Amino acid sequence: MAAKSEIKSTWVVVRPRQLPFSYRMDRRVPLVALAILLFTGIVLVMSISYGEYDISPLEVVRTILNVNQDHPDYKNYYLVVHTFRLPRILVAFLVGMALAASGAIMQGITRNPLADPYLLGVSGGAGLAAVAIIVWLNNVPVSVLPWAAFAGALITAVLIYTLAWKGGSSTPIRLILIGVAIEAVVGAITSIMLLFGRIEQVQQAYVWLTGSVYGRNWEHVHALGGWLLVFLPVAILMSRQLNMLALGDDTAKGLGLRVEWQRGLLLIVSVALAAAAVAVAGTIGFIGLVAPHVTRRLVGPSHEGLIPVSALFGGALLVLADLIGRWAIAPSELPIGIVTAMIGAPYFLYLFYRNRNR
Amino acid sequence: MTAQAQPISKNTTRVLGRRALLLPGLLICIALLVMSVLWSITLGAAEIDAQVVYDALFNFDETSFEHLIIQTVRLPRVLSGVIVGASLAVAGAIMQGLTRNPLADSGILGINSGAAFAVVLAVFLLGNPPLSVYALFGFIGAAVLAGLVYGLGSMGRGGPTPLKLTLAGVILAAFISSFTTAILIGDQETLDKIRFWTAGSLAGREMPLLLQTAPYMLAGLAGAMFISRQITTISLGDDVAKGLGQNTGWVKVVAAFFVVLLAGGAVALAGPIGFVGLIIPHVVRFVVGVDYRWVIPYAALWGGILVTVADVFARVIIRPQELPVGVMMAFVGAPFFIWLARWKVKR
Repeated sequence: MAAKSEIKSTWVVVRPRQLPFSYRMDRRVPLVALAILLFTGIVLVMSISYGEYDISPLEVVRTILNVNQDHPDYKNYYLVVHTFRLPRILVAFLVGMALAASGAIMQGITRNPLADPYLLGVSGGAGLAAVAIIVWLNNVPVSVLPWAAFAGALITAVLIYTLAWKGGSSTPIRLILIGVAIEAVVGAITSIMLLFGRIEQVQQAYVWLTGSVYGRNWEHVHALGGWLLVFLPVAILMSRQLNMLALGDDTAKGLGLRVEWQRGLLLIVSVALAAAAVAVAGTIGFIGLVAPHVTRRLVGPSHEGLIPVSALFGGALLVLADLIGRWAIAPSELPIGIVTAMIGAPYFLYLFYRNRNR
Repeated sequence: MTAQAQPISKNTTRVLGRRALLLPGLLICIALLVMSVLWSITLGAAEIDAQVVYDALFNFDETSFEHLIIQTVRLPRVLSGVIVGASLAVAGAIMQGLTRNPLADSGILGINSGAAFAVVLAVFLLGNPPLSVYALFGFIGAAVLAGLVYGLGSMGRGGPTPLKLTLAGVILAAFISSFTTAILIGDQETLDKIRFWTAGSLAGREMPLLLQTAPYMLAGLAGAMFISRQITTISLGDDVAKGLGQNTGWVKVVAAFFVVLLAGGAVALAGPIGFVGLIIPHVVRFVVGVDYRWVIPYAALWGGILVTVADVFARVIIRPQELPVGVMMAFVGAPFFIWLARWKVKR
């Protein structure tokens, strides 16, 4: 990337004089990001106001901003909004962000538009580690879970990557096929654990494995937020390398990129993001697949814009999915992972059709 | 046809180099299967020696406790294992020949999860459905998913490539399993009835269910033998098969029907057991070559042996508990799949 290349009008470039750093994104990025944020805000307020204890959207906003302390129902409002609904919806948002960013990176690394953390066995590894911790240890603090999930996911990812390694490189097709095989082993181990649990625990574990944000609290928000604060910026900073990798191994090498090294680093970042999401909300499929795709059509394929915007979009999608899950079969609720599968699978079919000639 | 089949098998390397060895080999495999079945029957919580097993099978005595165990618990279980293994292996062999895809397997291609969903749905909707319903729903689920996966996977240039079929299978399986889970989450009773079954297990299979599902699988096996010659031709490629005057579309439809009978019946009986249909056909082709008239009977026998032996290990490994045989198969099968993906799948 030439430092003084002519800036076309469609790009916005941030290039501080003091820092060895430049950031170039499509001009559509800020606009789209704003639109998504606005949409998320609206859905968030709607989602908080909906439920067994209805609160009007206006009062929701006032409760969040803490300006209605003189309202007669303030105490109830505060309890419902701050203790029950807001943290769970924030968790949904953060999980969506993490999964979408992770998916965007994986699609870049494997150069396969159908890659997804769920598909590559990473979610399975994270899920297994978390199930093991939950089953064997009592009262684990929530902040431990992302670490365990990260370890589990990293081991699976490294295993997949090593097994896919042949003749000095790991081709996308082998990564995906071997991911499928490892997922089967991990699934087998998980089902062993589920078989010998008590039925109540097993049912909980089922819910968790499908992906659910039910009963998540501030502790979860903090645990996940911390991981996102570290890894999302790293992902965005590495988007330049990701752009080069997306051109193909040979081209990237020609541009002076240490292909395998950078791919490994990116894989770790993407695994960390997916693992944290899985640790908090279980294995939620399809978001990591759908969000980057839709975003790519909105802001183009350059990862500087793609990663942050698809993170936002993934967050928005999950907040919406959570609302749908609570509303669809009220008073009971559908786990969020089932809602995403129901939204995601048709989209996948469409994608598959578009990519049929690859 | 025979004249055309001959040069093919001459050109391939195989362990049993001479055709004359194939028939004795088959007899040896039958003997092995019988031995593994007897071994499986003698093993269990109550030690029963071979003599008693023989008596229970041929001079059944209603007053003997051990004879009752064998007739009502162990025999149905081991027979289920044999027929399920045979069905899955033959289904896999047909699919691999038909799609010319080394990774085809009813588990990987999502067919098992389709049947599983249908069976769970049946239990959920009907409470305690009659056993014949299990099989019926299993077939419908398997047929629908097989059609979807194949339809999706063969879109576009290059037809059904391994990658496209695998991806379509995995995603559709994930999709349909999420509905299975949705049902199980809402209904603890169904979950409890069925959780061992969803992992793929032979535990507690009883004679009535076996008798309900076995005819379909036996029909599928016979049918597979019947069209084995056509499958050999089609496994050379559509163009070659058409050039040899075969109506490929018709053969594919008939073969798919048998696959559905085999896989759907196996899942209805034992739950989704993966990888049998992947491993066995590969090993068999390695040993007997690519003539499906031999591949199919060998695959059936070895599939039966594999599942029977795996079930014995599943019962012995963590005594007195037992593992579902589907879990055992994942441990054996996944490394094999990885090996195939690394060395047998061309870009």
